[in-house]
Amino acid sequence: MSKREEKIYSPDVGWKDITHGGTITTAGNAELFLTGDWRSMKPVWLKDKCKQCLMCYYVCPDTAILIDENGKRIDFNYNHCKGCGICYKVCPFKAIDFVNEI
Amino acid sequence: MAIRERLSGNEAVAYAMKQINPDVVAAFPITPSTEIPQYFSAYVANGEVNTEFIPVESEHSAMSACIGAQAAGGRAMTATSANGLALMWEMLYIASGARLPIVMACVNRALSGPINIHNDHSDSMGARDSGWIQLYSESSQEAYDNMLMAHRIAEHPDVLLPVMVCQDGFITSHAIENIELLEDEKVKEFVGEYKPAHYLLNKENPIAIGPLDHFTHYFEHKRQQAEAMRNAKKVILEVADEFYKLTGRKYGYFEEYKTDDAEVCIVVLNSTAGTAKFVVDKMREEGKKVGLVKPRVFRPFPAPEIAGALARFKAVAVMDKADSFNAAGGPLFTEITSAVLAHGATGPKFINYIYGLGGRDVKADDIEFIYNKLLEIAAPGKVDSIYNYIGVRE
Amino acid sequence: MAYNFKEVARKPERFTGGHRMCAGCGAPVVIRQILRALKPEDHAVISAATGCLEVSTFLYPYSAWKDSFIHSAFENAAATISGAEAAYNGMRRRGKLDQEGETKFIAFGGDGGTYDIGIQALSGAMERGHDMVYVCYDNGAYMNTGIQRSSATPMFADTTTSPVGRESQGKNQRKKDLTEIMVNHHIPYVAQTAAIGNLKDLYEKAEKAIYTKGPAFLNVLAPCPRGWRYEASDLMQINKLAVDTCFWPLYEVVEGKYTVNYKPKNKLPVVEFLKAQGRFRHLFKKGNEELLDMIQKEVDRRWERLLSLEASN
Repeated sequence: MSKREEKIYSPDVGWKDITHGGTITTAGNAELFLTGDWRSMKPVWLKDKCKQCLMCYYVCPDTAILIDENGKRIDFNYNHCKGCGICYKVCPFKAIDFVNEI
Repeated sequence: MAIRERLSGNEAVAYAMKQINPDVVAAFPITPSTEIPQYFSAYVANGEVNTEFIPVESEHSAMSACIGAQAAGGRAMTATSANGLALMWEMLYIASGARLPIVMACVNRALSGPINIHNDHSDSMGARDSGWIQLYSESSQEAYDNMLMAHRIAEHPDVLLPVMVCQDGFITSHAIENIELLEDEKVKEFVGEYKPAHYLLNKENPIAIGPLDHFTHYFEHKRQQAEAMRNAKKVILEVADEFYKLTGRKYGYFEEYKTDDAEVCIVVLNSTAGTAKFVVDKMREEGKKVGLVKPRVFRPFPAPEIAGALARFKAVAVMDKADSFNAAGGPLFTEITSAVLAHGATGPKFINYIYGLGGRDVKADDIEFIYNKLLEIAAPGKVDSIYNYIGVRE
Repeated sequence: MAYNFKEVARKPERFTGGHRMCAGCGAPVVIRQILRALKPEDHAVISAATGCLEVSTFLYPYSAWKDSFIHSAFENAAATISGAEAAYNGMRRRGKLDQEGETKFIAFGGDGGTYDIGIQALSGAMERGHDMVYVCYDNGAYMNTGIQRSSATPMFADTTTSPVGRESQGKNQRKKDLTEIMVNHHIPYVAQTAAIGNLKDLYEKAEKAIYTKGPAFLNVLAPCPRGWRYEASDLMQINKLAVDTCFWPLYEVVEGKYTVNYKPKNKLPVVEFLKAQGRFRHLFKKGNEELLDMIQKEVDRRWERLLSLEASN
């Protein structure tokens, strides 16, 4: 991250350094913002039962289920997963468990 | 060699737009600015410009489309009046808040209601705190010149604010006057290319514009915007200087007319300044020491400069072609008197005249009456009434 | 191009996590799939109306959009994007944009920003023929401000400005049919869709809408667990019920020609959809059978009309 960008993200950024009119030039940087602590319930991937059908990948509102370069889903990105449970309900193979966040 | 022509204010503005040849013009018809998009559409239809013209379904969409176009990386322009400007209101603030250097021709007309199509300044005066730079024009020539300077001011990296070029509806917009135009190449060279640092259409560096901006950042953005308006003061003079070298026509924050030894002075915007100059000449012949100050730049407001210019008079009348309905005075008056007070000038007595609402004619006699009133006050007399009307039937 | 579920999954993700939409919100699922329909080499300029989606995906200084994004106000997502599209045409003509691939223009608005306050700007932009797609994510109320009724709110739904009370059974008016209004703009492509099954219908319609030259309109159902009052994890089940009851038919209109894309083999009674949601709970009190009947008749009438439009192509 450049010095200028660091300043932008800093909570005490002053008016001389803040971007013009609120424009941001780092598209997609919401990835840096973590929403995982919203969870009260947590999906758990049961890798052995998973048939890689990718239904869970498509229905995730939080882009918290990602796929690798081979097109296979990998484990949850708990930094973003809000624990809505849509993936758990949609999985045809019961390969996702839904448990209390501890 | 400059081109000598005879054009109305609307023709002059449309001609300037043709020479600027912006990427996008989005406009909606409203009297008395309608002719501008009409003329411009004809330029498009005849291939004299290669602008995208968007015949939007409302002024709100005109400004929204200008915002989209300018943010995309293009130069966007529009024209409007009165209720059209009012319908844009929300978007005026968003354009300046997003720091988009859009240029608009505002052909001043009275705001409804009741509905009235004639000239006063209630429309642009209502938008005076929308974050737009406002330039006022006495004549077609000034409207043309201001349009040519507008992009240079708006797009300056220290400014990045939209500009509104105002002229009086019908009085200048529809009156044909002699005008000196610049050659197309000279305009092109003077106005230059628009090269934004960041823009939506830049695939290599996508951006996001218009966030939800909480109390954590909004204030800093507004403070920065306020600074841009301060910066505009310097840029306006630099651009005017360059324009003077190109054309020999001199522009500043305001024009002073026969003020050197004047004892009393009228301050008035736009075309009425022309009538006032006629009255000044006549009264000067009678040996009366009267002068005129005609602001050109209302936003940013040149507070110390105008306070300095007015400090030496004994009495000043500010004429407002818009009322503020505030029981205190018109917008130009309250702005000027607060500047004078804040900058420590205590000499002159100030009075305010609201005039010409809804296109009511203001005659030389009216202005002469005001000058005589000022001379009485300067005599020395006392100010019996600060907030006055002229030309209204009692 | 046939829909290959696994291949489509490998297309670049254009909408990131870290946005602040509620857990289980139906809208991001729709947005992700629509953006996936873009060709990888193409760039998008996206506008959004003020609403849940906008305020949750671009909170300064974080944007969840990997493409260019602009928000200006509530009622003008269509007008704003039309300006960007015009600038693209103007600048390309002048050789100012020398870059690979195409740029596509997509506007997103909720039902409040589309059916109600934004309908003028939408109608104008569609009529002017900009090469753009307007996507309405219809969650049937002003969810961002706290579940106020809109013209898209279904009849008898309980909202905070059409509350159920001693004298009220919820919203007393029928839902506006915006899709049909857009059909009557005689634009090249109009479709109604939802995220059901493997999201094929949504993907294919998004692809057609984006790559049809000229204006296109997509109306997409986007359930809101807060406003509809159902368990957030039930998103896909709710979507399916909306479609299987014919409450939300999937259809498209290409150059005026209707195709109903999904005709349930077993058309479920609309109560199946209604009873899954708390906003309709009052309808199941004794004595309100007539209201349920009214809703069923309305759904049937619209469904039959749609089938007859398709038959009369």
